[in-house]
Amino acid sequence: MPTLPEAIVCSDLEKTYKNGVKALSGVSFAVRPGEIFGLLGPNGAGKSTTVRILATLTRPDGGKASVAGCDVIADPAGVRLRIGFVAQASGVDKWATGRENLVLQAHLMRVPPADVPARVKTLLEWVNLSEAADRIVKTYSGGMKRRLDLAMGLVNEPAVLFLDEPTTGLDPETRAALWRDLRRLRRERNLAVLLTTHYLEEADHLCDRLAIVDHGRIVVEGTPSELKARISGDTVALDIGMEKSGGQEHGPEKTGARTGTDASRENAERMAGLLRPLDGVLEASAEGNRIIARVRHGATAMPALITAVERAGVTVLSSTMSRPSLDDVYLHHTGRRFQGEGPAGSSDGVAASGKVKGEKP
Amino acid sequence: MKAFVNDTRHLLLRHLRTTLRLPIWIAVTLIQPVIWLTIYGQLFRRVVEIPGFGAGSYIQFLTPGVVIMTALFGSAWSGMGIIEDLTDGVMDRMLATPVNRAALISARVLHAALTVAVQSVIILAFGMALGARVAGGVPGFLVILLLGSLLGAGMSALSNGLALVTRREETLIAVINFFGLPLTFLSTAFMASDLMPGWIRALSRANPVNWAVIASRDAMLGQAWGGVAKAALMLAGFVLVSVWISTQAFRAYRTAT
Repeated sequence: MPTLPEAIVCSDLEKTYKNGVKALSGVSFAVRPGEIFGLLGPNGAGKSTTVRILATLTRPDGGKASVAGCDVIADPAGVRLRIGFVAQASGVDKWATGRENLVLQAHLMRVPPADVPARVKTLLEWVNLSEAADRIVKTYSGGMKRRLDLAMGLVNEPAVLFLDEPTTGLDPETRAALWRDLRRLRRERNLAVLLTTHYLEEADHLCDRLAIVDHGRIVVEGTPSELKARISGDTVALDIGMEKSGGQEHGPEKTGARTGTDASRENAERMAGLLRPLDGVLEASAEGNRIIARVRHGATAMPALITAVERAGVTVLSSTMSRPSLDDVYLHHTGRRFQGEGPAGSSDGVAASGKVKGEKP
Repeated sequence: MKAFVNDTRHLLLRHLRTTLRLPIWIAVTLIQPVIWLTIYGQLFRRVVEIPGFGAGSYIQFLTPGVVIMTALFGSAWSGMGIIEDLTDGVMDRMLATPVNRAALISARVLHAALTVAVQSVIILAFGMALGARVAGGVPGFLVILLLGSLLGAGMSALSNGLALVTRREETLIAVINFFGLPLTFLSTAFMASDLMPGWIRALSRANPVNWAVIASRDAMLGQAWGGVAKAALMLAGFVLVSVWISTQAFRAYRTAT
């Protein structure tokens, strides 16, 4: 692997849009051939701008980048010949059939005309669209359109494939199918994939390595397990009830929920402070009526934590323990929880693409 | 150059295919000219009796005017296609390929010109059914198609350029509505030049629409071929300038995003 040239190298990329929005303030990373590299971050973090610069659609204000051995500023034509680009917005011609879309893309990508029909046929089979090949794309489902997008990105057998939010707006089933396709792609062809996503789950499942992007810079980079391992220990979460002072009150009852909530929040803060000095506790914080503690050994620490809280006169309603997730990694490096868009975030996706477009009038 | 020709051919094929799949649009754009010819032609039938109008029948006078007016409006909407491509992500997908950039414009301009030619054939045939005569014969007929296509090509280039700069349907609609009718009425499409107020006549001389209308009328009557040739050359110049402007707009689009 180290003997092969890097598929993507970029250093100190900067971009400020005309409206003053600073999209990138110094982004550097490298992607090796045969690797799926993910850029993970919330909307507006600068993921799309990075991809647009690498795909020669946007000029950076500063920094350098090369893709498949070609410089994006000095030799954009060389880059374009060697990449596949699947944008956030679909990019297929909805009034043409799947086959016509692929044929046009093949010609524009300078595939030798004699090879076009065979290559198109193979790709249609590969993305399982042979039967729908001669139907107008307007009649395709979201998943079919996305598979056609993917096929179009592969028509020139690229060295580097860019996938900008490939599964945004897809239903969970279609998303899982696309993940399977991407894993198959990595197995069968030795190409580098740069993927952006705002789904933690997707980055975790799909990427060999990933970088977390926040406010136009990369905050951390590594394999998903490396990143998780770097945060040592387990996470223990305790949901607490009301203080057992005096009366028989118990649990966050619906009546008087407001005062109850405030009280338990204060309690949680206080309890977190109480747990912090305990042996084996690395970190403890409060979130609503929940105490979240990072501990060296979850299984052994849990009873001690519960005892400590109960001894202080606070009821523990439930407890959970988990291995560190990417969410914890994100929290650790950015100081906030990931603005969680669940997998069913189709409306989010629409809002997101609108927002990104709005950044570059 | 080879890339330019090949890409233009492939992209033109795409646009023609889209039009043929939605032939309803050709029909829709023909409703207006048919109304102009039947109702307007009847309503103002007797204006030819005004001394100094200098034409035998109003339908004869009106038909070339309506052909050119349809060429103007039909191609002015051409930029909507680029805006649709921008919104759908098709434009970005193509810009990430080595496609020849000028071909992206020329394919649309050629498509607009061909559409105008087809529409002109239908409108001319309709005008003839209503009593207009093409004294210029087949050459006259073909020259009218050429003049309409040239105007259409130029207008479509401007429309595409505007679409790339503004990237908004609303702006394009506003501009077309703002300029479309004045360009039509500042020409001899509906009224003889000699009966125009002096200031309109002066303005009309700088109006490419008027060049096309006068030359089409002469070609229809089979007269003043020298003037027709001059108008065709001026329109060709108009096309070149418009295409140049819209290629500049492309450059602006690439640096702005």
